[in-house]
Order: sequence, then structure tokens, then C-alpha cells
Amino acid sequence: MMTESKKIKLFNGKKGDFIRLTHLDIDGVMRRRLLDLGFVPGAVVEVLRKSPLGDPIAFRVSQTSIALRKEESLRIEGELINP
Amino acid sequence: MTKSFRIALAGNPNTGKSTLFNLLTGLKQHTGNWAGKTVDLKAGTFTFKTNQYEMIDLPGTYSLFSNSKDEEIARDYIVFEKPDVTLVVLDATALERNMNLALQVMEITDRLIICINLIDEAEKMGIKINEKVLMKRLGVPVIKISARNKSGIPMLLDTIDRVVTGAIQCTPYQMTYDEETEKKIALLLPTVEKISGNKFPARWLSLRLLDGDTNLLQQIQQKITIMEG
Repeated sequence: MMTESKKIKLFNGKKGDFIRLTHLDIDGVMRRRLLDLGFVPGAVVEVLRKSPLGDPIAFRVSQTSIALRKEESLRIEGELINP
Repeated sequence: MTKSFRIALAGNPNTGKSTLFNLLTGLKQHTGNWAGKTVDLKAGTFTFKTNQYEMIDLPGTYSLFSNSKDEEIARDYIVFEKPDVTLVVLDATALERNMNLALQVMEITDRLIICINLIDEAEKMGIKINEKVLMKRLGVPVIKISARNKSGIPMLLDTIDRVVTGAIQCTPYQMTYDEETEKKIALLLPTVEKISGNKFPARWLSLRLLDGDTNLLQQIQQKITIMEG
């Protein structure tokens, strides 16, 4: 039960959350692009800030901040690893 | 006797590529145009020892998988124009994200030098980089520089000289993929090698075949037809 509840979509992360990526449900050029930018399984992503309406969201990934739209962040999954 | 060599400059955006380019080529710059392409790339020349060098400043990219026009230009130059050496400029303060591009270039060519720029910035942040370990693991020369402070440049020039003259032979580390992918590469490799000969990197081409990059394959087909015709 505990391990189940730690699963989270990037889109649902709260400011300050750390998420270890497990899966990208995206294909083609966009998948390639995200991988190039550091959204790779195993990478730890920090939720930096959310826009007033919750979309887009800024993340810290491999030492840079990148904002993703809801379309993408809903399809990237990971585990919450907050201390 | 003066020999002439071509150097390509690759790197992520904002890694100080252009600073290095300007430092080495000074005012001897022009806009080059390559056959069959309506692409303008900045090129410049300089001399070191007795050799003449032409340096080409490729667009800054995170990758060479042609997600964009810029990536395609950078990739095509390295694959089709075959520079005598490719300098991959990395940002010392963000090595992890920069390494992606370096590993991709290492799959395409074995004539490259990794240039870790902004080393002064990194040291200010308390980042220490052991270039000897990197060199050993990556199998290519790794030089720490600061283009802005002009440090590390003599060492870089000397390494360029030794790579183009063949005094240094690079053996770039090759990414190993998952079992399934490696099996498919092994299956494709003999055929790809037969077609590409030593004109194009066969392992890299096999990977692109698996990617389904049809655009690239058409280009290669054209090139091979031209070469043979």
C-alpha cells in the first residue's frame, strides 16, 4: 500500500517535491526531446513552481529548469522520494 | 609544408562555444556555404605551428537526433562533411546534461576532443573535475579551458595538432544498449557495413535504422549514389 501511494505523475507534484522518474508514456520526437533534456527514467526531478492555473509547471532537471505543459507532465510518471 | 585541417565546434547552447570560436579565429571569419544546403555556418581560420585550420561554429544543440533544423545541420556536418576533428564544448557547471551530446558525437566519429569550458565558473561553485579520469573512461582527450580567461588554450591547440596529425588515436567509449537493441544492431551491422564501407559509421547508422530515421537514410542513399556515380 505504501509503495503504491508513492507513485505520482509529474503533473500532480507539489512545489518542493522530489520525484524519481520511472516511465514516460510519450513517443516519437517529443519523447526524444524530453530524454535529451534530462527527463530519463532514474533521474530525480524537483518541482520548482506552478503557474497560477497549474499549467505549465517548472521542474529542475539535470541542473537546469525546464517548464512542461500539462500534455507532457501528465504522461511522465515517477516515485515521490521526499525526505 | 603547410597543411590544412577542418575543425567543427559542437556544444549545447550557452557553453561558450562562440567565445572560443572568436578567441581562436579573431577577425578572420566568414560565412561559409555548403554545397546542396542553404545553410550558413560561421567559419574562421587560424594557424598553429605550421598548419592552417578552418574552424566551423555549428549551431548549439542538446542532441544530434534532428528534432530541429539546428540539430540536423550540426549532425549532417559531422556525418557528411567529416571534419578532421570535432571539438565538443561542454559546460563545466552542468556536465551531466552536456554529456548526452558528447556521447552522441562519440558514436559518430573517433576524431574528437572534449573541451570542458567555463572551468573558472565551476571552480567558483566548488566543482572539481578530474579530467584524467574522464579521459580514461571516455577514451578521448579531455581538456579543461576557460575561453573567457584564455586559460587552457595552448594545451587545447597542442591536442588539436596531435589529433589531426594522428599522434593521438582516440578510442571513444561506445554506449552499450539493452540486450534487445544490441542483438538487433549485431543483426544489422554486417549489411550496413557492406553498404556504408568506411564512409559512414556503421554502428551509428544501424542505430538510426532501428530509430526509423527515414529522412537520414534517404540522404545517405543519395550520398552513396553520388560517390559511386
